[in-house]
Amino acid sequence: MRSSIAALAVGALVALAGCATDEPTGTTPSASAGTAAPGTGEQSTFFEQAAYDAELALLGATPAGPSDKPWEQVLNPAMVETAKFKKPGPYKICFSNAGLNNPWRQVGFKTMQAEVETHGSHIRQFLHVDAEGKDQKQIADINDLLGKGCHALIVSPNTTATLTPAVEAACRKGLPVIVFDRGVDSTCPVTFINPIGGYGFGHVSAEFVGRRMKPGGKVLALRILPGVDVLETRWAAAKVAFDKAGVDLVGVEFTDGDPAKTKKIVNDYIQRYGTIDGVWMDAGAVAVAAVEAFLDAGRPVPPINGEDQLDFLKLWKEKKLTAIAPTYPTYQWRTPIIAALRILNGEPVSSPWKLPQPTITQDNLDRYLDPGMPPLHYAMCGCADLPGYPQRWK
Amino acid sequence: MRIAERRRLPVRPGRSRSGSLLPILAILVALLVALTLRQPDFLSPPSLMSFLGRSAPIILLAAGQYFVIVAGEFDLSVGSLVTAQVVVAARLIDSEPSRTWPVILLLLAFGAAVGLANGLITTRLRVPSFITTLGMYLILVGAVYLWSDGAPKGGLAEEFRRFGRRAFEDVPLLGRIPYALLVLLVVAGLAALLTRSDFGQTLVAVGGNPRTAELSGVRVRSVKTAAFVLSGLSAAVAAILIGGYSGVSFQAGAGLEFGAITAVVLGGVALGGGRGSVVGAMLGALTLETLFTLMNFYGVSGALRSTVQGAIILLALAVSSVRSVSR
Repeated sequence: MRSSIAALAVGALVALAGCATDEPTGTTPSASAGTAAPGTGEQSTFFEQAAYDAELALLGATPAGPSDKPWEQVLNPAMVETAKFKKPGPYKICFSNAGLNNPWRQVGFKTMQAEVETHGSHIRQFLHVDAEGKDQKQIADINDLLGKGCHALIVSPNTTATLTPAVEAACRKGLPVIVFDRGVDSTCPVTFINPIGGYGFGHVSAEFVGRRMKPGGKVLALRILPGVDVLETRWAAAKVAFDKAGVDLVGVEFTDGDPAKTKKIVNDYIQRYGTIDGVWMDAGAVAVAAVEAFLDAGRPVPPINGEDQLDFLKLWKEKKLTAIAPTYPTYQWRTPIIAALRILNGEPVSSPWKLPQPTITQDNLDRYLDPGMPPLHYAMCGCADLPGYPQRWK
Repeated sequence: MRIAERRRLPVRPGRSRSGSLLPILAILVALLVALTLRQPDFLSPPSLMSFLGRSAPIILLAAGQYFVIVAGEFDLSVGSLVTAQVVVAARLIDSEPSRTWPVILLLLAFGAAVGLANGLITTRLRVPSFITTLGMYLILVGAVYLWSDGAPKGGLAEEFRRFGRRAFEDVPLLGRIPYALLVLLVVAGLAALLTRSDFGQTLVAVGGNPRTAELSGVRVRSVKTAAFVLSGLSAAVAAILIGGYSGVSFQAGAGLEFGAITAVVLGGVALGGGRGSVVGAMLGALTLETLFTLMNFYGVSGALRSTVQGAIILLALAVSSVRSVSR
């Protein structure tokens, strides 16, 4: 009896271990595989040559609009008429949000709220619903919002395919729908707002890291998790750049965004290879942990990329790193409000609305590094001129 | 009551104690040999010290888990407790060095309180500990999420982080001794003393045969509750080291409960209680970390770690049931 209870418990335990640790099961080209196969292994299944070429072209394009307000700028504008949505104000603007479940979205949402405040009496009410990262909740949220008398609906979808029908249903109600950040598979929204994208991010960062070593230099790639389109495109573009630079990609590891795991992985690679000549990351969340692994081991930090989070920028300056920070700017959370008001005023807007995607380099680091901001703040928030800065973001 | 009939009568303290350490020591030595063959300088002081330093948290958790498992229970809540503690610490300290010590005291109290709750629910309300601590796990995950709006806030001051990150530098022979290792040695010493005390012996007796223990006048419920409190305290110390090692993160404690349980069974402690030593449990944790390091050096995907843990738990259970049948 007792041993059967124990057996039952252990069975459940093992089952739990399987799901709770949530280890990625994707292929990991490790050291042994890396030396056998030339190049950096198979390309991501998410890679699309045409999209890649388009994004790289956008990196060099000159945006239209005020240069001191990148959140109002557009790359390659294609204007659409919105006269049919013109209505007298003040407006009720509704926002179905995929989630607030990471610092990037937290910073973005605060920026959006502040943007709403700048419009004062033009916006009668701003109604925000948080889907907490759940598709089913967001589908229900959008459905609920349709009965709340919104003048415009902003959607930041949790996942692309699953949310498409809900967004299409909202379009059929006749109110203007604005989608931003992640997209939907539909042309029914008035516009889709996002920055250049993952290929641009991956290309800029990998080219920087790859160029700072001799061919055959040892690069460690750290990825958050497989199978997410924005991250897969970053990795796909990085792979192309690394293949071109002829580096030796000694490992591609998944960190789950966990700093402790990241630090252990980097530590393992330092022990296994002695020196690592470059580190590439698909997102900046654990960049600090990667840098610390080198510092704590008493090794020089190799060229590395992060993102525009303040903790990384501070460390970069303090330790004089050779670093670069491509961004996925949080200022894009301002744009949907601006777009909604323009659409409700009958002004043409660009569709798609491609925002510039600035890169933080050694030359402009000081401009973005505000030491008073908290470690998880994103520097590219475009929020310094908004009401409540800096307190609101602390 | 049938439970009591099937089991053998109380554990004779000391019996097979040193004997049960032999298998785990043999495995550890074998792994170390394999490791040095592949990476000769692994056993060099700087590399070894850094390895021991970063393994300290899981070894501490294994020690805490030992007390619970040897008393015949489980504690699945430690992983989420570690996460909760790290997130709470970051928000309360908010990069302010002077708050380090008050927050450390608070974390220890918090860990003890969670352990107390686990223990009281299990012993007074008679909820199986597997369910109690699974519930606590979910409660902590949800509470942390709610409290922090889904993303950690604030930051850990360097004063707080040094325990998990810094070391005594320039030590003769060894080079550097991580603070984490010293914390581990102190806690390990205390744990070993505790298992030799009356309390430790009683705990094993309670796990071996609660009915007999109760009839011999042991306050089974209090003893088991104390075991949960010890596990909560060990999670608090582990959280201080992990937060120091890697900084604030929502994944700080993810999967640690399974690592600790695997380590404990690997160290020869019987699931279901009544047999095993805390030194064995800690050696189990060290062996598990050594195994993972070995896998890394041989280029085995990190994704296999959870598979290995699951296999060890199953194997340990199989071995122990074969043993108890053959007795």
